[in-house]
Parts: sequence; C-alpha cells; structure tokens
Amino acid sequence: MVNLTIDGLKVSVPEGTTIMQAAATVGIDIPRLCFLKDINEISACKVCVVEIQGQNRVVTSCTTPVQEGLVVYTNSPKARSVRRTNVELILSQHDCLCATCVRSGNCSLQKLSNDLGIYDIPFEREIVDTPWNQNFPLIRDSKKCIKCMRCVQICDKVQDLHIWDVQNTGSRTTVDVAGNMCIEDSNCSLCGQCIAHCPVGALKERNDVPKVYEALADSTKITAVQVAPAVRTAWAEAFNMPEEMATEARMAAALRRIGFDYVFDTSFAADVTIMEEANELLERLQDPEGYRWPMFTSCCPGWVSYVTKKYPAFVPNLSTTKSPQQIFGAILKSYFAEKKGLKPKEICSISVMPCVSKKREAALLSMRSSGTHDIDIVLTTREFVRLLKAEHINPATLPEEEFDNPLGKSTGAGVIFGATGGVMEAALRTAYFAMTGEEAPADAFVDVRGEKGRKVREFTIAGKTLRTCTVSGLGNAGRLIEDLQAGKVHYDFVEVMACPGGCVGGGGQPIHDGQERAGMLGQKLYKLDDERKLRQSHNNPDVVTLYSEYLEKPLSERAERLLHSDHVKEKNYLV
Amino acid sequence: MSRLKIATPDQAQLTVERLYKDLERHIIASPPGLCPVDLQLSFLKVCHAQTCGKCVPCRVGLAQLQNLMEDVLDGKATMETLDLIQSTAENVANSADCAIGFEAAKMVLAGLEGFREDYINHIKKGKCSVHLHQSIPCVALCPAQVDIPGYIALVGAGRYADAVKLIRKDNPFPTACGLICEHPCESRCRRNMIDAAINIRGLKRMAVDNAPSNTVPVPTKEESTGKRIAIIGGGPSGLSAAYYLELMGHHAVVFEEKSKLGGMLRYGIPAYRFPRERLQEDLDAILSTGVEVHLNSRIGNGEGEIPFDKLRAEFDAVYIAIGAHTDKKIGIPGEDSQGVISAVEMLREIGEERMPDFKDKTVVVIGGGNVAMDCTRSSIRLGAKKVIIAYRRRQDDMTALPEEIEGAIAEGAELYGLKAPHHIEADANGKVAALWVEPQIIGPIDAWGRARPIHADVDLQRIPCDIIVVAIGQGIMLRPFEEAGIKIKRGTISALSSSELANNEGVFAGGDCVTGPATVIRAIAAGKVAAANIDEYLGYEHIITCDVEIPDPSIDDKRPCGRIQLTEKEAGERKKTFAPMECGMTVQEACQEAGRCLRCDKFGFSTLKGGRTLKW
Repeated sequence: MVNLTIDGLKVSVPEGTTIMQAAATVGIDIPRLCFLKDINEISACKVCVVEIQGQNRVVTSCTTPVQEGLVVYTNSPKARSVRRTNVELILSQHDCLCATCVRSGNCSLQKLSNDLGIYDIPFEREIVDTPWNQNFPLIRDSKKCIKCMRCVQICDKVQDLHIWDVQNTGSRTTVDVAGNMCIEDSNCSLCGQCIAHCPVGALKERNDVPKVYEALADSTKITAVQVAPAVRTAWAEAFNMPEEMATEARMAAALRRIGFDYVFDTSFAADVTIMEEANELLERLQDPEGYRWPMFTSCCPGWVSYVTKKYPAFVPNLSTTKSPQQIFGAILKSYFAEKKGLKPKEICSISVMPCVSKKREAALLSMRSSGTHDIDIVLTTREFVRLLKAEHINPATLPEEEFDNPLGKSTGAGVIFGATGGVMEAALRTAYFAMTGEEAPADAFVDVRGEKGRKVREFTIAGKTLRTCTVSGLGNAGRLIEDLQAGKVHYDFVEVMACPGGCVGGGGQPIHDGQERAGMLGQKLYKLDDERKLRQSHNNPDVVTLYSEYLEKPLSERAERLLHSDHVKEKNYLV
Repeated sequence: MSRLKIATPDQAQLTVERLYKDLERHIIASPPGLCPVDLQLSFLKVCHAQTCGKCVPCRVGLAQLQNLMEDVLDGKATMETLDLIQSTAENVANSADCAIGFEAAKMVLAGLEGFREDYINHIKKGKCSVHLHQSIPCVALCPAQVDIPGYIALVGAGRYADAVKLIRKDNPFPTACGLICEHPCESRCRRNMIDAAINIRGLKRMAVDNAPSNTVPVPTKEESTGKRIAIIGGGPSGLSAAYYLELMGHHAVVFEEKSKLGGMLRYGIPAYRFPRERLQEDLDAILSTGVEVHLNSRIGNGEGEIPFDKLRAEFDAVYIAIGAHTDKKIGIPGEDSQGVISAVEMLREIGEERMPDFKDKTVVVIGGGNVAMDCTRSSIRLGAKKVIIAYRRRQDDMTALPEEIEGAIAEGAELYGLKAPHHIEADANGKVAALWVEPQIIGPIDAWGRARPIHADVDLQRIPCDIIVVAIGQGIMLRPFEEAGIKIKRGTISALSSSELANNEGVFAGGDCVTGPATVIRAIAAGKVAAANIDEYLGYEHIITCDVEIPDPSIDDKRPCGRIQLTEKEAGERKKTFAPMECGMTVQEACQEAGRCLRCDKFGFSTLKGGRTLKW
C-alpha cells in the first residue's frame, strides 16, 4: 500500500492507483472533463490538475500514480487557477449557446463551468463552424467540439472502426472523419458510441422529432409507434420516478398521450424474429454443406452494416431474417394494414429505438417490402424523452395502460433481445422446442448472459451439440471474424450486437457521462423476462395467430418476402 | 555630456537574445508530420517582425501574404488565392531592399513549390494532408524503431539487463550501437527545447557496459518450423535477420565470405572505437539462438564458390546482405603506384589483425567522411610520422561526425582543406613520392545547400608522402547476383521497402548492398524488416515482443540541466594504441542523464496515438 496525504487527509491505496482514484476513496471528487476510464486517459483538458508539495508544476490526477509520502492539494491557489484558466480556454472555443443545445442539463462542460463559478470569459471567442451533412443520422457540430478525443478513442479502442481521427496540426488541430473522407463514405456503422461518450453536444443524432409532429398533425395518416425492448430500461430516468413506477405499461400510456394512434411493442416482432431465425438455423443445420458457418444473427443494423462494409465475404453467414424493427414495420404495413383496411402509405410507422443505426436501416432500399418505407421515422430513446418533455407529459401522473393488439403482446424471449446474449437465449429456447418437442427448463441457457465481450458455450440438444458464441462491441466482433478467418475457432451460431452490452448500452440511450450502464440495464430486461408468464417466442398467442392467419409458417414464401433480406443492398442507403 | 558611449545590451535585448537561442532549439526539436502551410505562416510572422518598415513590399507585402495564407488555412481560399500568393511573393522577392524582405518572400515561394499539394488540399478539402504519425521523436527517427524511452527508464533504474532485453526486441546489436551508433535518435530529441538532447547512445552504452549482451539470455525460441533461410553476409544486417528468424523458429544459415563474422563492424570500424571483444559479445548472443555459420564461403560462379541459384533452390528463402566492401577509385594519374591503398583494404587488413606497416611514414588520407577519419586515426596508431587529411571542401563541409574530425585533429592529424587531388607522383621504383593537389576556393551553394569548391587561380601544390589512403566511398560486389538475374539499380541491388525483390520470389535484400554505404543501425533495421517479411512469406505470423515492464516517469519538475558527454582517453595516450578510447558513464552520470528524459511515450500526443510499440 502507498500512503499519501490529499487535502490534509491521510490516504492509503494500492500501488498503481491514480491520484484521482485515491482522492475518490476519501470523498474528494476532483473535477475532470476529458477523462474516460480505460478509454481516454490522455490528460488533455488539464482540468483534473492537482498541486504536489515541492513541485513547481501541477500534475493531472487522472494519469499520475500515487507515490509514497506525496502531499497533494486538489484546491491550492495554483491548482485552482490552472483549472479555471483551462476551462475558460475551452469555453473560448466552445459554442456556449446552451439554451439551444441538445445536451443542456446533461453537459459535462456546462456543469463544470457552473460548478467552478465561471461567469465571464476573458478571452476572445473563436468558434469553428465546419459544414456537415445534416441529413446523415449522426451529426457532428464542430462549434461544440472540445477536442477531448473521446470519440476517436471509443471508435479506435472499443469499436475498432477508426472513423474519427485527429485532423490538422497546431492551432487548427481538430477531430474529423479519418482519411480525409466524408462520413457518408466512411465505414461508420452508426453504432452511436461516440455520441454516447461525448461530454458535450458536439455529437448527436439527427433530430427526427419534427417529422413525428408532422405525422401527428396529418389527418390522412394513421400513426403507429413501436418501442424496442431496451428503451423500457432507460426512458424514465429523466423523470425521477421510483423504479417500480417506470413500468412498460406506464411507458405505453406516455406514448399514447403523445397522440399516436397505436402503441405497439417491438418485442412482439422480436418473437417473430425468433420464429424465423431459429427455424432458419435449424434449416441450415439440416444442410451443413449448403451454407457458410457459423450463422450470424442479423438483428443489429450496426453489425450488419459492419459486415457488409468491412467483411463482405461474411455476408452469406448473416441470417437473412430482418431485425425486429423492420419485421415489425413489414407486418404493420401488410398484415395489420389489411386487417384494418388501410393502405401501407396511409400508415406512418414510427419506432423508438436505443440506437442510431436504426435510422439508417429504416431508410435502406431493401427495407420496403410493403411497397413503401416499412419504417417511416426512427427516434432514439433520447429523442423520445425529449418528445415527452416537449409535450409536457409527466409519466408519474399517468395510469398504466396496455399496448395495443394484435402487435403489442410479447414473451420474455422477445424482451431480452435488448441485452447481449438475449437473441441467442431466445433462439435457443425456441430451437430446443423445435428439436425436442418439449420446453427447455427456464434456466437452460442463462449461461449466454453476461457482459463479457465474447462468450463461448456449447449446448447439447436432442443429441446434437450446438457451439454458440455471443459477442458485443464491434472491436470484439472484428477479432472474432479474424479468428474465424484464421480457422482458430469454429461455431454454429453467433450472436453479435454492435454496442458493448447489447442494445441496452446502445448509442441512442440516455447519456450518463463516465458510467457504463449496460450491465445494470440488462438486468432489468432479465427481470421482466422472469416476470413474464410466457417466455418462449413460439408460445406468443398473437404470433401463433399471425402465422395461422397470414404467414402460414416460418420461412414460408410470404415470410421470406416480408421478413427476410439478403443484406447485400446495404450500399443502397441514400441520405 | 559624453561624446561617445560604450554600447551595452539592456535587459530586454539580453532576454530577446536568449529567446532566439530558445527558439533555435525549439525548431531543432520540431516533430515530424506538422502542417507545412501552418509552419510557413509562423515563419513568415517571425520574418515580418524583423522588418524595419521602410519598404512597401516587406512592410505590407509580408502582412498581406500572411492574410492570404490564413485564408488558405481557414478554408476561405480559392485556387486564385494561390496565384495571388505566388505573384505577390515574387514581387516582394524582386523588389524588397534587403534580405529581411526578399529572403522571407523566397521562403514562401519555396513552400509553394515544395508542398503545393498541401496548399491545394487545404483549399479544396479544407483539411491538411499531413498527419502526425509517430509521436516519440527518438523512436520515429531510429531506423530500427528501438524503444528508446523504455530502455532509458530502465538504465535510470539500474535495470541494465532488462534494458538490453528491451533493446534486443528491435536490435540484436545493443553493444555495437551502444558504442558506435550514429544516433539519429538524438537529432530531434524534445529535450532540446529545454537544454540539449539526451545522450541516448551513452545510456545504451551504460546498459551493455553493466550487462554485457552475452550475459543476458536471449528470449525463448518459437517451436521449430523446419524452414531454412540462407543469409548471404555475416554483417549487422544479415545477422539481425538471422537472429529474429531463429527466434521465430526458422533455421538461419549464414554464408560469410571472410574468415570472421561482423562485416563492417569488424572490417570497417577500427578496434579503438569498437573493441573486437565487445563485438564478440553481440555475436555470442546472436549465435546462441542457433544460427548456423559458414565462414570463408563466397557466393559466385567461380571455383570453390557457391552458385546463387543452388542456394535459392536449397533454401526456403534467401536474404542478401553483402554490404559494400569494394574499393572506389579517384581516377587520377598515378593511382596504381605502390603505397596507394584503399580505405576498405586498409581497414580489412586491420580487421584480420594483419597490421600494415606505417611506422614513421607520412600518410595522406583522401576523403572527408567517417571512414576517412577511421583511416586517419588508425594510421596514427600504426605509428605514422605524420598523417594528413586532404579534402576538396572545407572542414565544415565534411560528412564525418564533428567529434571524429576533432578527435583526429587532437591526435595530431593535419587537415588540408580545399585541396582536390590532382595526380600522384611516384619515384623511379614506382613507389609513392607525393600527392599533387589543386587548391580550391569555396564557391556557390548547390541545390542541396552545400557549398561547391571551384578551381583556385594558383599553382598546384605538392604534398610529399609515402602512403596514400583513398577513402572516398565503397562499392558493392554485384556481379554474382547480376549473373543470377537479380535487378541492379544505380550500383545497388534493387529491393522494395519490404526488402523483397520485385521479380525474385523468396529472395530478399537489405543493408548497405541496397542503400549504398550507410549506418549500422540502418543495416540492422533492414535485417529486422527482412525477418518479418520472410516470416510472412513463409506463411507465419510470429510476433517478436519483450515482457519487460518499464518504470513510470517521474513527476518531478523538468529543470534545465546540462547533457552528460562521454569522455575519451587523453589524446596523447590514446593515439598510441588500438585499445578502446571512449569511457562510459558513471552510475551518477547515467541516473542524471536518464532523469532528463521527458518520456515522450507517456506525455504528449503518444498518450492518444502512436505510443510505445510493444511487438512487431
């Protein structure tokens, strides 16, 4: 153990601990801005500076390890002065129009300068405004960028996509798309992890809320909204409700208050996805020579985009089953539309997703099986929360209401889609039933859960051994593909989600600077699964009805036309 | 009221003088990969601050050029802006009264020509085309990319064997480089910004002096692959490749033409600079990996020689690293007189421990490079009465390291600058009697910035002497390879930057035979590159790494502190013998010097991108 003194308090911490961590053990929360544990430890903003007795220059507490006998002051006149100047310098190049910023109230810079009591900036304002395609689902606002480099680091270290890079040198150093490219031409998967880790409003999703208002105001349109599993774990955070009030039923009520004609659940479509995907897996297993192995899941558009752009040779490994969002849209504008006597174009199909990549997926040419866009508007969880606030809806005051039917009922299998391993577990439950004619025990496949980046499990079902692998985070996915290419590993079925921890940690979820919440949010989904009466997709009565009334059986001709895609048209995305 | 005053600079002027020096050192330590337009604008600002303000082109023109360049950098410029910069700069250059103005404008014009692409990139894409890549200046400039901050920290901590292990990850010749590397790593050391570059070579020497490389075990070898690679040439490049290939599990078989290993380290560098027993330490460590060596084995089609094609057929891959060991002639009359020898021949004989008889002779060495200095200082040690260096330019223009020239002069050599060899006079027996030289005056600066000597209108001069050593460069023995169909370009083997040969699959080449005579560290780097690419060519992906953890940097203030220089034995003593002349650092010196390192691996851009390279 190393002993030191911080602000007069004796501290004893293990060797290798940083001064910042050591201070935290005695309740001293040193202000910081660029620091992101394990990802961005570059001491760039120089806000977390502290003074060490006997040294002229201050040091950054985020990167400096403790030493025996150090006497540290986190608020000495020198540390305070340096910290203040550096925040003022950052503010001099930051567009401080907080009133119109999407991150107002959840901005680390805003909070920091407020906390430090900075009300005037003695420097000239130098705001750089670089053009950006405002139709692209991911927007970078150069006026807000503070060059903390977190986006570069997340994309490099976690997602291994290297979309962002440092551009120019000297005073003109900034962050931009790597290799002198435009974002539209880059390999960006739109996972949104850079947005989720941006401390300010420099990165954000395209604001599609105005399109929702337009649809709601259009009397010729029926509006139908679906809400993804992961959204229910995080939507209520902004409303300070007790956990037990933040229910799915209250979320349904809130969506209805906004004015949508129908409020549905993407988890229903997740159950349909499983019917198709589990049967596709069984079909491929019948003919091992006829397919490329392993079979990859295809419900994550970030992952599908990644494979098509970076590893096109692996496109045939992708399940052809569309994502739940798109399956939902296709059923909404065919089965449901027919039931209600509506034309596809008369329905505005809206989805609320924990994801930015879904905005891109919805616009793909291959996602128009109803003859028009199966999904018209995609909102992230954050946009949904903003919409509720704009409509001054206080969910705490609302009663609980059911989702609309028939596309509103879901099983536990559909709900766990939002967590890493969830699609795998849901598919295994249904595959087990299909292979044995019996239901698997409730905890048969819980082994695939957990936050680890790559989980390998084998299951023996009806005498057949199924080798599974579950991966989250595109960096982990890339390493898996490299291993597959090198012949180092062999699996039958692989689930990939682009965001670490799965959709609950998605790039469209509410932002909590410095916290990785996917594990905790995933537990909420598993609790919902636990509480569901129905836990297998094939036992969803509305899914059974859908097949008996309309689709006939999984992988039927109609199901193939509506619910499947060969993914090669990914490149047809137009903005 | 006094009529005259003695001028003394005031406080402000003294401070400015000091800042000039600070700025000079700052510029010396400029990292690679900066935006050239941005730099040019900054230089122009400095030039403009120097203007007296009398003339319009300088006072206003330089200001407007700055505005135009700001427009380029801000993405507000068009291609017409570039034309306006061009014509304005030309007009300033053509009309400014003094050098402050016209030289500033010429710098702008040079930039417009030299990095026009970057100007255009800024105008058309709003971005700089240059990227900061490697952020640790010393590592970036080391051809072998040795982990310099890492081993400096280890030497500072007294962990000498760990330092040797870490150096070996990229360079299996730590002793050679500790003693005689030309240390390009030091040239842009960021420490220059505070006081002076770290003595990097000195610290490496400290490591091998305290942990001789033959006492530090080499890493465990990978499982044998059964692949066999022929290496032609047992010098630094060939042996570096052999070392890494053995570690990767391949079997390296070295064919060396001479009777001993070491190449130019033995047959080019005299023992007083690099003692043979110290060379042996590196060789022992390299051979401990299991490298197979065939001495006195020459490649060629003559009798007793091994044909190249046979070698290629018998081995899975071949690495050609034959160095540059042939003579170059001056081409003046009398060059075939007795007593005229080439530097290569002289140093080779010394390498074979057959000492030439120079006792009480007068020796003239022709040349100004490091090899010329080696010959000069060796001649002195061989007991020559007088040693003269004849060089056709000035001392300042010599390509030898300044400390080598100063060392030679201190040992008694006489430097005859601006003397171009004209012809050699022989006596009746055909023995050298004198070198006739043609005096020169220094003339115009050429395109490479080097002053060219021109004929002086005076008579030829006679320099009486007994021996003439020609040290004007080395050539490469290309014939056996040319005959085997290997492509030759400008007197060297034509290899790609990957060390592959474009039209000979499985054949690689590197070191002096590809670059022409260069430094030992470049030869080592080529061997490393060849090993990596041969491994890949054979279908493997072996990783070379080092498990040594390095100490954290100190958080102490970086106060200015002088650079520790290595000392040499006193000139009068050292010139009598081939015994080593350089003295290593003491522990106190090494700790202080290592403590000066700014640890660019832990501070600055490398914490974001391009930090230490832990494997290759």
